[in-house]
Amino acid sequence: MRIALVVNREPHEADVWEGESLLFALRERLGLPGSKNACEQGECGSCSVLLDGRLVCACLVLAVQADGHEVITVEGLGDGDQLHRVQEAFLEAGAVQCGFCTPGLVVATVDLLERVPQPSDDEIREALAGNLCRCTGYAKIFDAVRLAAGIQP
Amino acid sequence: MEVLTPRSLAEALALKAERPDAVPIGGGTDVMVELNFDRARPDALLNLNEVGELKGWSREDGRVRLGAALTYADAMRPPLCDLLPALAEASRTVGSPQIRNRGTIGGNLGTASPAGDALPPLLVEGAEVEVASVRGSRRLPLSEFLLGPKRNALAADELVAAAVVTPSGQPQTFMKVGTRNAMVIAVCSLALVADRERGELRAAYGSAGPVPALVSAPLADREAFAERVAAAARPIDDLRGTAAYRRHALRVLTERALERCLA
Ligand SMILES: Cc1cc2nc3c(=O)[nH]c(=O)nc-3n(C[C@H](O)[C@H](O)[C@H](O)COP(=O)(O)OP(=O)(O)OC[C@H]3O[C@@H](n4cnc5c(N)ncnc54)[C@H](O)[C@@H]3O)c2cc1C
Ligand code: FES
Ligand code: FES
Repeated sequence: MRIALVVNREPHEADVWEGESLLFALRERLGLPGSKNACEQGECGSCSVLLDGRLVCACLVLAVQADGHEVITVEGLGDGDQLHRVQEAFLEAGAVQCGFCTPGLVVATVDLLERVPQPSDDEIREALAGNLCRCTGYAKIFDAVRLAAGIQP
Repeated sequence: MEVLTPRSLAEALALKAERPDAVPIGGGTDVMVELNFDRARPDALLNLNEVGELKGWSREDGRVRLGAALTYADAMRPPLCDLLPALAEASRTVGSPQIRNRGTIGGNLGTASPAGDALPPLLVEGAEVEVASVRGSRRLPLSEFLLGPKRNALAADELVAAAVVTPSGQPQTFMKVGTRNAMVIAVCSLALVADRERGELRAAYGSAGPVPALVSAPLADREAFAERVAAAARPIDDLRGTAAYRRHALRVLTERALERCLA
């Protein structure tokens, strides 16, 4: 069936199979491969997007449920070629190794800093608890979040 | 497959009556896993996200009505978290922020898992489940709604409309044992209310029997209560833990919860 939704502030239409996830629709129908597909069961957070401003796993949203709603993916965070300050901070802090978890962590960090501009370490830990990284050991990711928040080390 | 998206509760109930085989989907955090892994391929899904009447919560003369679409994130926010503190604590332990933003109380009731974290806090506060169909609506105690592991009392044409609670306003808490603070299905869990007003202790365990269940005793029986909770549980050995460990953990959790609530 056809759905109409706003993705990264632009209206889009897509023909989707009724049982598919928003993640599949974003990647395979709308050509937005930034949100990653790893577990398809809400465990890893690599598919994190903002749905009507709320952080969700796109793999756990039925594509049809996004009909008439607004989605922001990692592709929609920057401004043209200008990266979002959270993306810049991940690069600068060396919080990216293979990069697979990065889009999800960046979206989750943007969501955190929107709600809590100066998070404590516990708040960072709790906010990113749904995003797994197999490479970095998380220390550099914490550095990146603090850097983006302007927290002095 | 077909997706039906009603825009009102009346429309949702009419569709459910017409298509009793349609599987309701709220936050989708249980249903989507089934779909993604091809464990279920229902002919129809009933998307409840556009039904305004199921969202949020309201007060009804002393009672609190939690819409089926109330999310864990909603339950963690004031003032609701102050009215139902154990439910808020349980909500904080659910999955991750992403899961708490989507997962709902109605979905937890629908799944009726022995490990459903919303269930013990609702049991100790004497919650009723309001179920609705084109035939009308009825309220039944949560303990009667939960029939067995992943089985509930919904008829094929019924939906969960709400959970209705009269907050006791008494000291209460929720505790959960797992391998991590986030993203764990409870090895076992416990909600407890020390109800001084009624002179009663009420505890409900999760993941330690076929359904989360309530155990109560007079306040005066405090010393024997932990043993009583552990003895009432009917745990099994499974991937997450042994029956013996669960019973032991329940004893410890009950003691800790009593200390917390009677301090
Ligand atoms: C990564 C991850 C972590 C999780 N962690 C936890 C946890 O810590 N604790 C926990 O308890 N659960 C956990 N869950 C399970 C799940 O999030 C909860 O059970 C949640 O409450 C389900 O709500 P939902 O709205 O997403 O349900 P859905 O998936 O939409 O539905 C669940 C079931 O309820 C039915 N249903 C939904 N709404 C209604 C209604 N109004 N009337 C009748 N039936 C209805 C559906 O048909 C389905 O059978 C986790 C899930 C994932 C993927
Ligand atoms: S792919 Fe969605 S959480 Fe892992
Ligand atoms: S950088 Fe490889 S998974 Fe995080």
